[in-house]
Amino acid sequence: MKLDSMYQDVILDHYKHPHGRGLRDGDAEVHHVNPTCGDEITLRVRLAGTTIEDVSYEGQGCSISQASASVLNELLVGKEIDEARRVQEVFLELMQSKGKLEPDDAMEEVLEDAVAFAGVSKYPARVKCALLSWMAWKDATAQALSQGGTTSTQEGTA
Amino acid sequence: MTHLPGLLDTEAIRKDFPLLDRTVHDGKKLVYLDNAATSQKPRQVLDALNDYYEKSNANVHRGVHTLAEEATALYEGARDRVAAFVNAPSRDEVVFTKNASESLNLVANMLGWADEPYRVDRDTEIVITEMEHHSNIVPWQLLAQRTGAKLKWFGLTDEGRLDLSRIDEVITERTKVVSFVLVSNILGTVNPVETIVRRAQEVGALVVIDASQAAPHMPLDVQALGADFVAFTGHKMCAPTGIGVLWGRQELLEDLPPFLGGGEMIETVTMSSSTYAPAPHKFEAGTPPIAQAVGLGAAVDYLSAIGMDRIEAHEHALVQYAVDRLCQVPDLRIIGPVTAEDRGAAISFTLGDIHPHDVGQVLDEQGIAVRVGHHCARPVCLRYGIPATTRASFYLYSTPADVDALVDGLEHVRNFFG
Repeated sequence: MKLDSMYQDVILDHYKHPHGRGLRDGDAEVHHVNPTCGDEITLRVRLAGTTIEDVSYEGQGCSISQASASVLNELLVGKEIDEARRVQEVFLELMQSKGKLEPDDAMEEVLEDAVAFAGVSKYPARVKCALLSWMAWKDATAQALSQGGTTSTQEGTA
Repeated sequence: MTHLPGLLDTEAIRKDFPLLDRTVHDGKKLVYLDNAATSQKPRQVLDALNDYYEKSNANVHRGVHTLAEEATALYEGARDRVAAFVNAPSRDEVVFTKNASESLNLVANMLGWADEPYRVDRDTEIVITEMEHHSNIVPWQLLAQRTGAKLKWFGLTDEGRLDLSRIDEVITERTKVVSFVLVSNILGTVNPVETIVRRAQEVGALVVIDASQAAPHMPLDVQALGADFVAFTGHKMCAPTGIGVLWGRQELLEDLPPFLGGGEMIETVTMSSSTYAPAPHKFEAGTPPIAQAVGLGAAVDYLSAIGMDRIEAHEHALVQYAVDRLCQVPDLRIIGPVTAEDRGAAISFTLGDIHPHDVGQVLDEQGIAVRVGHHCARPVCLRYGIPATTRASFYLYSTPADVDALVDGLEHVRNFFG
């Protein structure tokens, strides 16, 4: 049945037992919404140098958007920012593939649990659900870095 | 097969709607329960569209050739049909727009530009309700922001009805316009028009009624409503997309300034100024949606032949059945009135903590089309503390079997996420 390709057990597990949910201290906070369905997420990123120390989040949404945030937390916390960006790009590529991309071993190695979302890419209305937290993370990370950057520039010119 | 008193002969009616025959997801029979978003179209309307394009297509109101005259007669004939359908005192009170949103925006803009006594400005108030579709909220927010007028609204009771307990404090001597929905697209509530209109008339405020979810489902009589403007859209009542209606009282349409400028809406034009055509043409700038209007005329004929009172009775019986059956689904909470009294054919609900997106997806896999989300009425979701709802909405071709399919489908949803 096609539904099972979207609602993989991995996704339902993350939905029922989310990783890292709840808001904790962060360097930047963003609030993203999906205007077509009302899904919302508030997400904070805490950096330690170039390492992602924490991604904390709170939100409401469907199983896909909630599971995706949980997978993101599991996957990105502890990674170097550059490496995390690469994961985000690969995930984006998979989600925009309209179901035509069959994840290979290399992709699985990068995405781990996130490859389970391959089936979601066949459902255009749900791709935005899967991407909500990832876009929020990208935005929050950019803000955290630019704040850090601004601070250091100010220090440099002072 | 469940038989309920008041049901239409849906077996015959469904033969008029080719799309209802199709299947989805490898042969599953389509159960279309998204009628509040848009209705399906009967063959009679599709034929009228085709006929128009195959035999009479031309621009209206300008050529003297045969086709131009035929197209004009068809377009204006649609206006006659719509005027009769809503019991308008005059055909000139029926303005064609592209949808109900445009109709409502038209009124809101006109009132910002109008002279006294209609003018909305910083010393005046606009009144709407918390159960409006975004199309009857945002145009008034824009008007309030541009003019400095104060925007006020009626809140909702826990039962999904308008809270009119402080009506005299909400609608006051400063109120210039009261705009509200006749039937809510999310709650299904049918609002008490008379009470609101009486108070608005006491203070001399204009009354605008959004009848988008009413015109397709019940007899609509603009004179009995007592409103000054009534807006609705064609595509929810068996007509094509791209055609909407604004009915307005003639003296208002004569007094108020135009909305969009262009061809068709003028009397004379010089380089320095113009004079305008009389209503309704004053409000129909540019080439109108001609084929779509012809389609709306055919839709009105189709619905009238069946009888709007019979359609209303059919849906009432079905809603009663649906409310009773849905209330038996474990963890299901109806958002809106839990009786069929003063209730339209849209039923919103939540199912435990399963997100509506997930509900809709699993229902779709079984061939059941419902709407999920905030239904362009986000303040209602905020009011009831929910992110979104699942909405099933019925029409003249809906059957008790559709309701049964939905209830079975929801059982499957619960098992899937259980």
